Amino acid sequence: METLEKKSVAEDPILEEAFMTRLLNGEKIEPKEWMPENYRKQLTRMMSQHAHSEVIGMQPEANWITRAPSLLRKVILLAKIQDEGGHGLYLYGSTETLGTDRSELIEQLHEGKAKYSSVFNYPTLNWADIGAIGWLVDGAAIVNQTMLAKTSYGPYSRAMLRICKEEGFHNRQGYDLMIAMMRGTKEQQEMAQDAMNRWWWPALMMFGPHDKNSSNTIELMKYRIKLESNDDLRQQFIDRTIPQAEIIGLTIPDPNLKFNKETGHYETSDINWDEFFNVIRGKGPCNKQRMHNHIQAHEEGKWVREAAEAYASKHKQL
Amino acid sequence: METNQKKDSQWKVWEVFVQSKTGASFTHCGSVHAPDKEMATQYARDLYTRRSEGRSIWVLPAEDIVATQPTEAASLFDPADDKIYRHPQFYKFPKGIHM
Ligand SMILES: [Fe+2]
Ligand SMILES: [Fe+2]
Repeated sequence: METLEKKSVAEDPILEEAFMTRLLNGEKIEPKEWMPENYRKQLTRMMSQHAHSEVIGMQPEANWITRAPSLLRKVILLAKIQDEGGHGLYLYGSTETLGTDRSELIEQLHEGKAKYSSVFNYPTLNWADIGAIGWLVDGAAIVNQTMLAKTSYGPYSRAMLRICKEEGFHNRQGYDLMIAMMRGTKEQQEMAQDAMNRWWWPALMMFGPHDKNSSNTIELMKYRIKLESNDDLRQQFIDRTIPQAEIIGLTIPDPNLKFNKETGHYETSDINWDEFFNVIRGKGPCNKQRMHNHIQAHEEGKWVREAAEAYASKHKQL
Repeated sequence: METNQKKDSQWKVWEVFVQSKTGASFTHCGSVHAPDKEMATQYARDLYTRRSEGRSIWVLPAEDIVATQPTEAASLFDPADDKIYRHPQFYKFPKGIHM
């Protein structure tokens, strides 16, 4: 089963070599099997960061539930946000198989020791932002998660397969919303373009720093936790998204954008990395609010968790 | 804001198995945290069958599951390797006979 007690096996070069051979053969690693401490550490860091992102990511979208323009758009948005909460739970469950329990992971988030994706620190300023998030943010997530479905750790891979199935809905409802806006009034088209302008760059940043500046990537790829690099994944997203924007009349907010006929890829301006690192360091527009809301909801729900526990143990005695 | 003065209860872990359609095996699909079996089934329903993926759910406390260790694999499973006569393909018959 996918639960285990933390094992403190000293690093052993023979075991490590056998482990690396298993990875090269494309085998999946399961919770109770031997793994290098560093593999366990990198996975716990990455998977918990992923879980936190799913849950914190519910906030920017929840901002628009009460103001959705129709009942259909409202139930779609509710279902989408519920899925994201579910993704968080799948991922916390998978992370726990590495030996750290959920309360500890959430504690790390609240103490600022664990990160979540910087994209969720941007505000949702108009209704078209909901379309832009589904289309661009979930679209970027799909590229990343399709790769992660092939990751070397069994429970992570299985959680990703489940998540990928649901992301198709997220991505399409977002694009569908953008189409509706672009078919609307001039004001609605401007709202859609405004959302595009604000979410394009944060979506590209979701893939993380350039390969040459990403120390984690090398180790993650060595362990086959990640199978493709940040820059390669970002390029896939760019190439598939630009035609989708153009066909509905949206402009990519990049004056240097061009299509390179020889390589078959789009070329963009460089990302504003100062902004990226600023947001990661907590200076994004909504970092404080996101953490505050999470901590508050967690504390306010405490009595419910305790009451349910008390009820359960009382019924056991009867 | 103060957090976690007391160790927070996240409830115990239950493993979830879902049967996707009539006649199918129950398949492990993940876990939930819940204080009792009623809430474990409810959470499992909300978490793993939002798109009619199931028609029946099993939940059981993760701590009650007995699992073999990967280190025992050889002693448990290798003895089956040389018993090829357990497979129907072991038995060859003259041409023209249909089984
Ligand atoms: Fe998600
Ligand atoms: Fe999503």
